[in-house]
Amino acid sequence: MAKMKLYIGASNPPMSSEMKTGDWGTELAYIDKEKCIACGQCITFCPEPATSMVEEDDKKYAVVNHDYCKGCWICFTVCPVDAIEMRTKDIYKVEVC
Amino acid sequence: MNYFGPGHGACPGCGFPIAIRGAIEALDGKVIAVNSTGCLEIVSSMYGRNTWGVPYIHSLFENAGAVAAGIETALKALKRDKEAHVVVFAGDGATFDIGIGTLSGMMDRDHNVIYICYDNEAYQNTGNQQSMATPPGARTTTTPVGKLQPGKIGKKKDMVEIAVAHNIPYAASASIAYPKDFQRKVKRASEFEGSKYIQVHAPCVTGWGIDGKLTVEVARLAVETGLYPLVEYEHGKLVKVRKLKQRKPVEEYLKIQRRFRHLFKHEMGKDILDQLQRIADENAEKYGLDA
Ligand SMILES: Cc1ncc(C[n+]2csc(CCOP(=O)(O)OP(=O)(O)O)c2C)c(N)n1
Ligand code: SF4
Ligand code: SF4
Ligand code: SF4
Ligand SMILES: [Mg+2]
Repeated sequence: MAKMKLYIGASNPPMSSEMKTGDWGTELAYIDKEKCIACGQCITFCPEPATSMVEEDDKKYAVVNHDYCKGCWICFTVCPVDAIEMRTKDIYKVEVC
Repeated sequence: MNYFGPGHGACPGCGFPIAIRGAIEALDGKVIAVNSTGCLEIVSSMYGRNTWGVPYIHSLFENAGAVAAGIETALKALKRDKEAHVVVFAGDGATFDIGIGTLSGMMDRDHNVIYICYDNEAYQNTGNQQSMATPPGARTTTTPVGKLQPGKIGKKKDMVEIAVAHNIPYAASASIAYPKDFQRKVKRASEFEGSKYIQVHAPCVTGWGIDGKLTVEVARLAVETGLYPLVEYEHGKLVKVRKLKQRKPVEEYLKIQRRFRHLFKHEMGKDILDQLQRIADENAEKYGLDA
């Protein structure tokens, strides 16, 4: 008997990474590589996740993928060394005269 | 490959994705996910844009317990039950209210399933209607604030105790503010054969009236005030409780959320505030929370 593969509903493999949800928010998180102590808190708590750990010349630090950062501030609130800064996107900077 | 996300559609600052990814990572991705209707389902299973890196099924709002029981039974019949844990992820509405029948059946037959309820304390996907997990005083669209009513009248149902009363091997409460504790509990649950119930407190930014800056703090304050005690039962015995060095007054938790703000001005607000403090005090007494 011929076998048929049928995917019902959700996609396989996961395809949500095509959704660049980083354009949702008005702000983006930026991590100061020098201040970061690579504790991983921002990775544990980022709901997306947009954060990940990288290693470069023996220095481990967290980075934010702005394709997926919704600017929610959670990482900012859990970082123990204030290594994260929230910056308003340029398009939302309005000059008030 | 990620187990959950990125690119899902949860609101910025939503609490439950922290728990979903945390649970799957705690089980090294060896998970067959069963999901009830609700925010988690809607934000993660858009057609062609699935966010799950593990096998996933959604059926109805009310039947996650039955679907999980069926999958677990089928895996046993196929002798493939060692390949993955069957894990339910269900909202509080699905768990406390409409799905309690199928969950009770699952626990009664002691199916080998880890049932995780992410508790955002209302039907959030349909716009914040009360569930039996909604605490007293909370403003929802079905418990509005008016002259005669200061938000929800009535209590939050103790679903952990109801799970324990089914004589299942493991039941616990957890919070997204304490992800290591939650992950340890998920792992511990996976060591038991039979039904396991874990309830994880997960703030909803829109329904609770907070923003992402407060997601983790609010969840932490729920624990630190004694309103959301973190407890753990094995075979019906209370084996672990998160102690509090200095329990905070419930106001600290309530005043920063829009859903409770009216309690500080409403004529009947004081009664509800007293009731909530009494609930925290009773929790402290019952579980020995005060260190
Ligand atoms: C039988 C049935 N009744 C009502 C609905 C509409 N509905 C969809 S999601 C939802 C609320 C889900 O609440 P909860 O389980 O707490 O999950 P949350 O959305 O809060 O994450 C409701 C009422 C439905 N899908 N099926
Ligand atoms: S702001 Fe929110 S979405 Fe962006 S990296 Fe931080 S936690 Fe993740
Ligand atoms: S929380 Fe702060 S210190 Fe820790 S890894 Fe993230 S940026 Fe680095
Ligand atoms: S409505 Fe609430 S629970 Fe649903 S995705 Fe948004 S924040 Fe999360
Ligand atoms: Mg809910």
